[in-house]
Amino acid sequence: MSTVDIKINGRPISVPAGTSILKAAKLAGSKIPTLCYHSDLEPWAACGICVVKIEGNPRMARACSTLVTEGQNYITNDPEIHTIRKTVIELTLADHPQECLTCARNLSCELQRLASEYGIREIPFDRNVKRLPKDESTPSIVLDPSKCIQCGRCAQVCQQLQDVWALEFIGRGEGTRLMPVSGLLLNDSPCIKCGQCSAHCPVGAIYEKDETAQLMDAIMDKSKHVAVQMAPAVRVAIGEAFNMAPGEIVTGKIYAALRRLGVDAVFDTNFSADLTIMEEGSEFVERVVNGKGALPQLTSCCPAWTDYMEKYYPDMIPNFSTAKSPMMMQGAITKTYYAENKGIAPKDIYSVAIMPCTAKKFERIRDENMQSSGVDDVDLVLTTRELARLIKTAGVDFANLEPEECDSPIGAYTGAGTIFGVTGGVMEAAVRSAYYLITKEELADVNIEAVRGMDGVKTGVVDIKGTKVKVAVAHGMANVKAVLDEIRVAKEAGAEPPYHFVEVMACRGGCIAGGGQPYGTEDEVRDQRIAGLYKDDEQSTIRCSHQNPDITKIYADYLEAPLSKKSHHLLHTHYTPRKVYQK
Amino acid sequence: MAVETAPQIEFSKELISYIEEWKTKPGNLIMVLHRVQEEFGFIPREAAIRVSNMLDAPLAKIYGVITFYHFFKLDKPGKYNVQVCMGTACYLKGGEDLINELETLLGIAVNEVTDDGLFSIESVRCVGCCGLAPVMIVGGEVFGKVTKDELPEVLARFKEKG
Repeated sequence: MSTVDIKINGRPISVPAGTSILKAAKLAGSKIPTLCYHSDLEPWAACGICVVKIEGNPRMARACSTLVTEGQNYITNDPEIHTIRKTVIELTLADHPQECLTCARNLSCELQRLASEYGIREIPFDRNVKRLPKDESTPSIVLDPSKCIQCGRCAQVCQQLQDVWALEFIGRGEGTRLMPVSGLLLNDSPCIKCGQCSAHCPVGAIYEKDETAQLMDAIMDKSKHVAVQMAPAVRVAIGEAFNMAPGEIVTGKIYAALRRLGVDAVFDTNFSADLTIMEEGSEFVERVVNGKGALPQLTSCCPAWTDYMEKYYPDMIPNFSTAKSPMMMQGAITKTYYAENKGIAPKDIYSVAIMPCTAKKFERIRDENMQSSGVDDVDLVLTTRELARLIKTAGVDFANLEPEECDSPIGAYTGAGTIFGVTGGVMEAAVRSAYYLITKEELADVNIEAVRGMDGVKTGVVDIKGTKVKVAVAHGMANVKAVLDEIRVAKEAGAEPPYHFVEVMACRGGCIAGGGQPYGTEDEVRDQRIAGLYKDDEQSTIRCSHQNPDITKIYADYLEAPLSKKSHHLLHTHYTPRKVYQK
Repeated sequence: MAVETAPQIEFSKELISYIEEWKTKPGNLIMVLHRVQEEFGFIPREAAIRVSNMLDAPLAKIYGVITFYHFFKLDKPGKYNVQVCMGTACYLKGGEDLINELETLLGIAVNEVTDDGLFSIESVRCVGCCGLAPVMIVGGEVFGKVTKDELPEVLARFKEKG
């Protein structure tokens, strides 16, 4: 790669050709403030706060979207630049309701932080704050247009990363709104509830629906037995809310913190990830070995993906694994198997799931199959961000908590269960067990490198003793279309399917970068969280789902066998075509 | 990304072949929307959905364009759309007074339609005959150097036509 010699504030530095001034300055240790820019998205220079000077050039340049050129000296800060940036902030604040104290983004808001860093003490412009109604139509996220600064990140992420197009710039000038078309509410739009807009919004204009009070109420209600499960991706991210490094595995601390909050039982969704593998893996064996059912089989544990498929690719419904997501399986067995063991009526159990995901709030009530115990299998879903807030309000010193164990018999998990939280992880876990289910032999090396990494689409061939299984893994909804179209074309032509097994996760990197995870998710952070989950896998003594003794036990005691009648009732679901626009 | 197979709105043969012709060309959306508006007088939601399907463009993208340009209308205008020029010359010569008077006379605001569907008021930018400022266009007929006293008579004439 060719490099370019430039200067940042007079200091020479070599950077790769094609580097933006913003990135070059970062390499040189100079931070340039940003507001509309996000490293996940194409820079589009909307806000103007990243202006810099190019020596000898009368015009300032926007650092996010201007590439460096040989020999230039870039000035990233001086009193004049400072004044301009300050004005940008003041103008933005003039249109912004100053409700920081009661805002969902208080202390995590990028605009608030800039206002603090630039020492804004008064706003010299006329205030022009618009009071607009909130859109609270989805079970997952809230859109508060009064706080929108029109940076466009939400629309960009919805369009570029997710290819969903629920959000767009509607109107022009000061009347512009980031919203679905023709005055529709989000719930009537193509929105898949992934919450990536909320994870990318720099201010409090889009945020997860806060349901923390419901958990407090349940804890106070002595007639309720509160049982909590926690998803794989939460354990490598929640630490960030307590100044720990991304990727640090804090599983035992979360169990301990949940008990400090006063819940009655602590379980792990990873257990049900193992259960999912037994069901989904057996389903796959039926399809690929016994020819029962359509190929490729598509994974079904991501609710945003499921919503997308039902809207845009309903012809793929026969390909969808009927296995519920680990969260819904855990909810179902909590209110049946666990309830019966404990002698508690399902209605007296309050089943809570801590998830990295906003779409999970929707999945919980998506159809009647989510009530296989006779009542809601999962009563409440809180995102990682919500749990972090609860832990803080409870005054728990999270970082110094002594790790605890989770409750049995539906808590112990394997390395296969934990990697469910990363792109490729479900596939890897499935292959580890499918190998056993097909051959009755154990896989020598359980690390399936072909499905790891951050490429948008990963493909490979797994040799299961002569059976060549073609697999594909896609993450970030916008990357999924190519794979699905390939399958659709083959299907319509009556040709061999291009793949046998396809894993899809809606969010870039998988659940570790879900819409409900701590703020500040960029590829660097994704990599660290992913490394954390693989480390959790490597540190596990058991790394294949079918070897989990508690899984063996639940089948022996209760479910009989994978795909049994009982398993089907509790652990499987079906899908329905849905309209892209509900209205 | 196709939207869905909603009940389909009727497009003329000419419009369909125009869309087919422009389907793969870059920058086609605005051209197509112009034709759609020509045909319907505005862009009905069903037409936007059909265009979305024909061009394989997200509906949100289409609405982004429609709502950005003043030219495109989301609501059916009156049979006689009263366009008042608010370009610089007309504005200085009292375009705004004309709008205010029209609003009083018709009992509607800008971008609204009278109950009988006959009139709507629209504020437009320079129509290209500043020498006649202030200019008003009713049902395609241009009126120059308009005073607000003349308005009742003009409206009455179109009302008579029905």
